[in-house]
Amino acid sequence: MIGGLFIYNHKGEVLISRVYRDDIGRNAVDAFRVNVIHARQQVRSPVTNIARTSFFHVKRSNIWLAAVTKQNVNAAMVFEFLYKMCDVMTAYFGKISEENIKNNFVLIYELLDEILDFGYPQNSETGALKTFITQQGIKGQTKEEQSQITSQVTGQIGWRREGIKYRRNELFLDVLESVNLLMSPQGQVLSAHVSGRVVMKSYLSGMPECKFGMNDKIVIDKQGKGGASDEAGKSGKQSIAIDDCTFHQCVRLSKFDSERSISFIPPDGEYELMRYRTTKDIILPFRVIPLVREVGRTKLEVKVVIKSNFKPSLLAQKIEVRIPTPLNTSGVQVICMKGKAKYKASENAIVWKIKRMAGMKESQISAEIELLPTNDKKKWARPPISMNFEVPFAPSGLKVRYLKVFESKLNYSDHDVIKWVRYIGRSGIYETRC
Amino acid sequence: MKADVDVFANVTQSKDGSKNRVWEGTKAITAPCSPVTENRQFGSKMTDSKYFTTTKKGEIFELKAELNSDKKEKKKEAVKKVIASMTVGKDVSALFPDVVNCMQTDNLELKKLVYLYLMNYAKSQPDMAIMAVNTFVKDCEDPNPLIRALAVRTMGCIRVDKITEYLCEPLRKCLKDEDPYVRKTAAVCVAKLHDINAQLVEDQGFLDTLKDLISDSNPMVVANAVAALSEIAESHPNSNLLDLNPQTINKLLTALNECTEWGQIFILDCLANYTPRDDRESQSICERVTPRLSHANSAVVLSAVKVLMKFMEMLPKDLDYYGTLLKKLAPPLVTLLSAEPELQYVALRNINLIVQRRPEILKHEMKVFFVKYNDPIYVKLEKLDIMIRLASQANIAQVLAELKEYATEVDVDFVRKAVRAIGRCAIKVEQSAERCVSTLLDLIQTKVNYVVQEAIVVIKDIFRKYPNKYESVIATLCENLDSLDEPEARAAMIWIVGEYAERIDNADELLESFLEGFHDESTQVQLQLLTAIVKLFLKKPTETQELVQQVLSLATQDSDNPDLRDRGYIYWRLLSTDPVAAKEVVLAEKPLISEETDLIEPTLLEELICHIGTLASVYHKPPSAFVEGSRGVQHKRLPGSAGSGESADSPDTGSAAGVSEAPPAVIPSQGDLLGDLLNLDLTPPTTSGPPPAPSSGMQMGAMDLLGGGLDSLMGDESEPLGGDLGGSPAMGAGFGAPPTAMPASFPPPVSGGLDDLFDLGGSVGMPMGAYSPPKSIWLPAMKAKGLEISGTFARRAGVIQMEMTLTNKAMSIMTDFAIQFNRNSFGLAPAGPLQVLTPVGPNQSIEVALPLSTVGPVMKMEPLTNLQVAVKNNIDVFYFSSQYPISMLFVEDGKMERQVFLATWKDIPNDNEAQFQIKDCHLNSDAASSKLQGSNVFTIAKRTVEGQDMLYQSMKLTNGIWVLAELRVQAGNPNYTVSLKCRAPEVSQCVFQSYEAMLKN
Repeated sequence: MIGGLFIYNHKGEVLISRVYRDDIGRNAVDAFRVNVIHARQQVRSPVTNIARTSFFHVKRSNIWLAAVTKQNVNAAMVFEFLYKMCDVMTAYFGKISEENIKNNFVLIYELLDEILDFGYPQNSETGALKTFITQQGIKGQTKEEQSQITSQVTGQIGWRREGIKYRRNELFLDVLESVNLLMSPQGQVLSAHVSGRVVMKSYLSGMPECKFGMNDKIVIDKQGKGGASDEAGKSGKQSIAIDDCTFHQCVRLSKFDSERSISFIPPDGEYELMRYRTTKDIILPFRVIPLVREVGRTKLEVKVVIKSNFKPSLLAQKIEVRIPTPLNTSGVQVICMKGKAKYKASENAIVWKIKRMAGMKESQISAEIELLPTNDKKKWARPPISMNFEVPFAPSGLKVRYLKVFESKLNYSDHDVIKWVRYIGRSGIYETRC
Repeated sequence: MKADVDVFANVTQSKDGSKNRVWEGTKAITAPCSPVTENRQFGSKMTDSKYFTTTKKGEIFELKAELNSDKKEKKKEAVKKVIASMTVGKDVSALFPDVVNCMQTDNLELKKLVYLYLMNYAKSQPDMAIMAVNTFVKDCEDPNPLIRALAVRTMGCIRVDKITEYLCEPLRKCLKDEDPYVRKTAAVCVAKLHDINAQLVEDQGFLDTLKDLISDSNPMVVANAVAALSEIAESHPNSNLLDLNPQTINKLLTALNECTEWGQIFILDCLANYTPRDDRESQSICERVTPRLSHANSAVVLSAVKVLMKFMEMLPKDLDYYGTLLKKLAPPLVTLLSAEPELQYVALRNINLIVQRRPEILKHEMKVFFVKYNDPIYVKLEKLDIMIRLASQANIAQVLAELKEYATEVDVDFVRKAVRAIGRCAIKVEQSAERCVSTLLDLIQTKVNYVVQEAIVVIKDIFRKYPNKYESVIATLCENLDSLDEPEARAAMIWIVGEYAERIDNADELLESFLEGFHDESTQVQLQLLTAIVKLFLKKPTETQELVQQVLSLATQDSDNPDLRDRGYIYWRLLSTDPVAAKEVVLAEKPLISEETDLIEPTLLEELICHIGTLASVYHKPPSAFVEGSRGVQHKRLPGSAGSGESADSPDTGSAAGVSEAPPAVIPSQGDLLGDLLNLDLTPPTTSGPPPAPSSGMQMGAMDLLGGGLDSLMGDESEPLGGDLGGSPAMGAGFGAPPTAMPASFPPPVSGGLDDLFDLGGSVGMPMGAYSPPKSIWLPAMKAKGLEISGTFARRAGVIQMEMTLTNKAMSIMTDFAIQFNRNSFGLAPAGPLQVLTPVGPNQSIEVALPLSTVGPVMKMEPLTNLQVAVKNNIDVFYFSSQYPISMLFVEDGKMERQVFLATWKDIPNDNEAQFQIKDCHLNSDAASSKLQGSNVFTIAKRTVEGQDMLYQSMKLTNGIWVLAELRVQAGNPNYTVSLKCRAPEVSQCVFQSYEAMLKN
């Protein structure tokens, strides 16, 4: 299991050091600093073995978190734990920075004591942790409160405490998708997938039982078989094939496995209900058509056309096209029809920004790139043209069909809950080779 | 420490210091704080970072005062400062009594801080730590469950014997506490206590209580109990502690649905150790585990995959469910690739194993492994590996297009690997070979140095696979001769020139140009050049006679590398005795090279599959390679398949089945090759077969002795089974491969002989094989009513034997022999009964060999290798003791990897190093090395410094103890020096004695 956990600043100075196992000595702290943080070479692996001691590390801005062990631990678990640790810290004091860590070191030690026991991760849900690790000291807890805390921390619904009350029961659902594309210069889709997340903010009283439904092809087809045939035909088109999905631990997985229904008691506040991935029938919001021509050895002509491919009534925002330029670029002239374009020498790219663009439109940029003559034999690698954008729909075609709330003990019903749904599609890695 | 305090006190007088001592160099923090900290304002508005900076001189003194202050707030602030100093590695142990005094408080936050301090310093101040015991015991009774749990949790972390004693009672109560939070904490505490004092845990019966917790009503208690038991069980491999039966499994599966994500991981990892009774049980467990594949936590998913991969082995292939399960595995594995990069890396390393075991799962998912421009390099390299594994005729066009794209990227390692991958595709998918070759030619045209070299290395393999097909490209290759500066590429090019000498007009000129700097080349290139020129000579004898003589004399007379010399001599004699035979040998048709590459050896793969998700699966090494001690050293195996009349040992279909039947020769990856090249001169090949039979009196000059084996030797020689350069013996791959990997036409005994030949390298005329002392009389007849026993110990074919001569010097017949051993240091025990089948008549002797095992009861003996034996016959029972040479406990797989050796050598403290002199030994270092190897002492590397040869050697005892040795041999000095390093230094003396005995015999 995890033998120790260290947090360093960018210089390799220790901010937090907690050792859980006797086989980890103080020299382990230095070994990681010397061999990884101060290493000249770029990091070649997130797992490093130094003198039979294994170090796992993740970096958040310029802070290093490292877990150490001498055993054959579950490596995936260690990384999941490190990410979780970051989440917990962020939930307590915001951004993970040297200053924040120093300001909260007592709290961090207290958390580390609670969520990692002898190197075994324990309940690390912030909802539960915040009930008893407060930094204000637990004063005047009644016996009932205490046992409520312990039963929540160890219980089946460790992510939610009892007795939550809201005057207005409200919930927000965000369907956030990132659409990824790799396209050949000829316009052939090499790979495309959507990775989506359903993020929920729930402000609900009591211990509500929720049921979430979407246009999952398997569910719709199943219902279609039982119901009227025309309905099946109609909804068949609108349903989407989900390659795979994963759920927050509040979702009853066995129920999903057997009935494919998503039911759960939600944590209070914001959390990620599910993640999913689709690869079929993706709406690619933009098409990039590149044209690069080498004119002699000292000049490149680049023309890039982007076409928006969605309903004309919708607006895409924050569009950015990044056209890489060779390292020996000496000057660039750009002309674009829409938006602003700039050559950024430090990033070796022409960055073209458009604030808004409606569906079914197209726009174009052309650039002349002057090159310095070099005797470098190696050809320019031609990195792909990448794109960023945000669109107000789900490129996978996912639709939320319902989110029902049942709370039998309190006197509010599904109708009383105010629900909001929003769809946002963003670019993930959206690249076209040129 | 006291002195320090005084020093600080003096300096305080000057009042000058707000010097930042703790965060040296963090000026950003110091600057704004320094004036404020002087005032020591403890207002609640201030944040904790100030504690890191209030470190003016004399602080320990001041802290002491503050800790003893009456004001609670002040106390708390002081403790915080202490903790801050502790964090940055400052010694604040002098404050021990003062901090412990703050322990009795109602303030939970303060209490936690004090506990944190205690955990750090208790070990260094055991006597004072005892002061804390009372508070702990009291806290364990506190009405607040959080405090009870905190106390028991902390007590378990204090590794002081006296405290541990007091821990037992509170722990017993906490294990049965009414509050689940306390119970789950107590469960882990048992594991902590076990780590400190295993015996105590057993004596106190905590293990049974822990087992009971598996039936607890609270899922988290169950999960922690499972985690604790699994850990304890690891250090008691045969204890059957985790008595997994269908009832407990059912409880675990129920808890699985209800506990935290971490608990699910503990339970799944534990489930993976269970072996279901039949395929039906296996299926029902699989059904209940599959929902976990949708968990958001990747570790839960991977652990579930591990359970499924393992239990699937037991399902009949014709079962519908088997197919369903296979289909269910792909999507979650793909989803793992959208996790954070570190997790992607772990996932990819595991997928690499999974596709080797069950290629069918991901065969349609090639696209998801395409490299993204912004992937971290470690993700890119792993993806590339998997792409090659998944390449097939169906997707080869896409793969090639991608690889060509990658070959233009920036990272050198990645580009090299991409180029190599193109070559692999050509070998793997015959239909694509032509396209691959033209892609490689395009890449050669780029003239990027490392791309060209890499391309030439893979083209050589393509020539091997498809002889006489792509020779048209040779001209292009020859154009790049001058730019090759890496040995591997040079060797590959030389091989090509030699192989196709008849079609290259200026082959002799090309090879001659290499010959100029012969002695500066690496061994790999030298060997290759020698072979290539001999080939050339056999093809064009008239114009190249001078050249061949030149190379032979360079190899035999001017070189001190035994491999090169031996090969040179063999060629020389072959050519001078019988040129026709030489032609048949050297230009023999070569066996085909294998298409699968870099495959993990099947038994290792099986073991790694059992470790999916863990570090072992990330390193692709068994846990024993990187975990110390007994933990996790047990080898895990996949269960055999059951049902539907399938044989148990062919659990797979398709290519995987081929893998398990005949282990293919493996093309070593680039890293391995480089590793081998670094191996300086000579790594004696590891013989995996039985140790070579003694062949004394063999003279290198005697042609007839080389006799019949020679043909095969030469055939083999130019047979880079692993696609490698003409079988240079320095590469373990060709020779270390088990006999099955040898071409069918050469029967295994011959290849065994071949190993002998190379083993003999420098030790001509020496008897080989494991050292065995001469027989000595163990039991004189006088003492045993006429029975005399003389004997010795030997290790033969990996089996330890006790070889005895029983002589009857009495007047009556002796029968009914039996033997027993007392407990001994290495658990030696007779592996079978003493086989004396016929009665022994008067004055008759009988020879008996008794095979021994090392799984008997263990007790440390003095001296270590003492063995007490009882022999019974129809007359009486007799006792004697004998000492065995420790060398017979050296196991065959005692060869450590270079890197591991280096790391281990550094890791073992110098105190454990023992140095000995061996006097009057007249062997040179090579002879010594091969002699020692006969007894499983493996030379890992050799270094020559100022005429002194240093041999680095490793050996492994039957009980898993590694011994590392450095043997220093100076030419002309008959005294050797051996330095031995071992984690168990008590064996050093014995090992040294064995060294002396092995070398002098």
